Amino acid sequence: MESGCSKKLLDLIPQEKKWGFIENQNGISHGSSEEKKLELKLGPPGEEDELLVSFGYFSSMKSNAKHAHNKFPPPQEDHRGGAVLAASWAKNHHHQPKPPNCSQKRTAPGPVVGWPPIRSFRKNLATTSKLASESPTSLPHKVANERNPAAPETRGKGLFVKINMDGVPIGRKVDLKAYDSYEKLSTAVGELFSGLLAAQRDPSADGPKQEEEKAITGVLDGNGEYTLVYEDNEGDRMLVGDVPWHMFVSTVKRLRVLKSSELSVINLGSSKKGKRVQN
Amino acid sequence: MSEQMSDDDERQQSPPSDLDFTSNKARTCIVTGSVSGHTEFQSPYPDQVLENVLENVLHFLTSRRDRNTASLVCKSWYRVEALTRSELFIGNCYAVSPARATARFTRVRALHLKGRPRFADFNLMPPDWGAHFNPWVLAFAKACPWLEKVYLKRMSVTDDDLATLAESFLGFKELVLVCCDGFGTGGLSIFVSKCRKLKVLDLIESEVSDDETDWILCFPEGESHLESLIFDCVEYPINFEALERLVARSPSLKKLKLNRYVSIGQLYRLMVQAPQLTHLGTGSFSPSEIAGQGDQEPDYVTAFAACKSLVCLSGFREIIPDYLPAIYPICANLTSLNFSYANITAEQLKPIISNCHKLQVFWVLDSICDEGLQAVAATCKELRELRVFPVDAREDSDGPVSEVGFQAISEGCRKLQSILYFCQRMTNAAVIAMSRNCPDLVVFRLCIMGRHRPDHVTGEPMDDGFGAIVMNCKKLTRLAVSGLLTDKAFDYIGRYGKLVRTLSVAFAGDSDMALKYVLEGCPQLQKLEIRDSPFGDAALCSGLHHYYNMRFLWMSSCRLTYQGCQQIARAMPRLVVEVIRSADEEEMDVCVQTLYMYRSLEGPRNDAPKFVTIL
Repeated sequence: MESGCSKKLLDLIPQEKKWGFIENQNGISHGSSEEKKLELKLGPPGEEDELLVSFGYFSSMKSNAKHAHNKFPPPQEDHRGGAVLAASWAKNHHHQPKPPNCSQKRTAPGPVVGWPPIRSFRKNLATTSKLASESPTSLPHKVANERNPAAPETRGKGLFVKINMDGVPIGRKVDLKAYDSYEKLSTAVGELFSGLLAAQRDPSADGPKQEEEKAITGVLDGNGEYTLVYEDNEGDRMLVGDVPWHMFVSTVKRLRVLKSSELSVINLGSSKKGKRVQN
Repeated sequence: MSEQMSDDDERQQSPPSDLDFTSNKARTCIVTGSVSGHTEFQSPYPDQVLENVLENVLHFLTSRRDRNTASLVCKSWYRVEALTRSELFIGNCYAVSPARATARFTRVRALHLKGRPRFADFNLMPPDWGAHFNPWVLAFAKACPWLEKVYLKRMSVTDDDLATLAESFLGFKELVLVCCDGFGTGGLSIFVSKCRKLKVLDLIESEVSDDETDWILCFPEGESHLESLIFDCVEYPINFEALERLVARSPSLKKLKLNRYVSIGQLYRLMVQAPQLTHLGTGSFSPSEIAGQGDQEPDYVTAFAACKSLVCLSGFREIIPDYLPAIYPICANLTSLNFSYANITAEQLKPIISNCHKLQVFWVLDSICDEGLQAVAATCKELRELRVFPVDAREDSDGPVSEVGFQAISEGCRKLQSILYFCQRMTNAAVIAMSRNCPDLVVFRLCIMGRHRPDHVTGEPMDDGFGAIVMNCKKLTRLAVSGLLTDKAFDYIGRYGKLVRTLSVAFAGDSDMALKYVLEGCPQLQKLEIRDSPFGDAALCSGLHHYYNMRFLWMSSCRLTYQGCQQIARAMPRLVVEVIRSADEEEMDVCVQTLYMYRSLEGPRNDAPKFVTIL
């Protein structure tokens, strides 16, 4: 049945052009002079988008990477965990319907099965082994006390949520229990990222530069360059500040600092308009 | 008949040398296998002389690849090679049936079998997929009763199988189970009680269920032949007094790896009994909870100092770092150190590692940070293998190690051959540096835990880094890639990775071209495992010329369709094409969740569970 298969193969090749980013390549070129051709090119927007939608959550990141040649790396962190967030993001950006092909079916929210590839008996090491915080020199007395099932270090008491910012590839974490109001949170967020942003403007800087730190303010009132939004336990994206603080803390799953200019593009709160509760 | 008698003799006495065995066989052939039916002794045929010589010569051929080649020369060589092969390695237990294996290789002493594909370790496959040891043990019990060693990886072994092993193979000496499951302490009890000649019992990363039987107590009384006892993966308490007595009566014991239920105080008692150990797994390396406050702490330092032959140290399952100084006396002798369960800091590591000048293998947690890796690089000039595991194995955890430690290692450890590195941040520059500093790399496995993460300094994909590795590391045979990767990375692999045998891909590539580059460019490719990458049916078809040369191909959460897989199955009759869905899904879908395909002489297996469809 080999001829049958190769026939199908020929049929498939023309369609392949639709899939690949590489345009008008004849077969596989293996010369160094042709390396440039192998670099990903920008396809026409429609074609790319169709392909990208089917990739689900990491699509928008790729298009950003291609289009942007500025110094700020595109926000890559969306595809870590929180795929629900990004899926609604992707849906909101691309209005073409998903083609019925076999894309990665699982856009499961949160952690992905079997990733990172660590066998189960190597996990949970933070709880089974001890972090030696204090180390007094006399052994026997201290021993009996330390041998407790390890309480989680600070995480048991805090409420840590991930926070990502446009233009900063690495996300951070904030402990919401450390704040009791939106103002304090907003100040903390501002401090958290202003140093990182400054370091990014000059990649050779080791740490936050003293001169160039631009304070990030106005994240709550819509006046600043950035706005703080969050994703709640139902996967909807909301403006921070709309609900009473304690309700916010109980429903927030992750935070995001967006450029205010991009706010209009985002469809906040999905279809449930009723969620925008006035304070 | 006479053949069988000589085999029986062998079982009861110490086995004669292979040369004696050979000449027995030759004489037997002559007496019984004469063309004209004569039964009196005749001078041997010239061909027979040649076969005798060949047997004696092939006896010295140990490499299985060489043996495979030798067996292809002619029928005579095929036959003689089969008779002289004493170690049988089968990389995929479904590639050949037990019956066929025992029919061809009749004098096997050691059997090495591998079952499940590696991605099954990460819950990418429902349990009970297969890889049962049972048909093998039954076939060999009948056909090769002089089997002495069994080495299994990723297979399901039942308590009954363990019993069969112990009862059917009277001279059984070595059992090594790596990443296996299906048995419990009950099966172990039967096994150890009946294997009177047992030298090696190694349970490595296997799941052992608790049948509440005291298997240590089941070792027979009297002097034991034990040379190696490894049970650090057993997650239940053991009878320590029985273990202590066992160690005391095992003068040949060289390797002992304890589980985390053995306290440091108990470790001390064992070490005092067995200073001849070469490999030690320390168990918990912390005191038991009932250690009295006023008790004198044993002199751990002296105990370690007495183990002058200790070269391999592991364990530290629940380490109290204050006890670490106890190992100072032996650091200078260590060639292998496994701290991969020890959540220690750079400061705690430094005094140890600064003495480990001879270290060749080092496994550690990323809790030591870049600073700890720099300390390793400063001292361990002989390092061949490094594995850095994450304390917090999640995508969004903080990353204590980065390209800084990675580059330091490449600059300090120039003889590096194998690296496994988990991190959250990496740069192309550091990977390129390693490709230049460590040209002897054979195994390169980099796992950037956040999916699709680019070079965190330049924002570029990680293509150039991995490209440099395949270009500059000319001995590379195993590669695992991660981070943001475009088709370009795979083009590099196809062009330069000419010796690559094993390739692991996850969340990478842009199109079918990537997979095509690899399938068309890597002639030595044997094992290809891919997950969550956008490769479809067209790409799958591009490997038709090569699939019979491969052990297996795994593709999960890619873009394959049922039809595409069926095309492959029709085109290649000696390939078993398994489509695996999750256990709770009832129907076949157009889209294939997991494809696992492998060459086989036997066709579709008859023990496939419901969630597996063989096309």
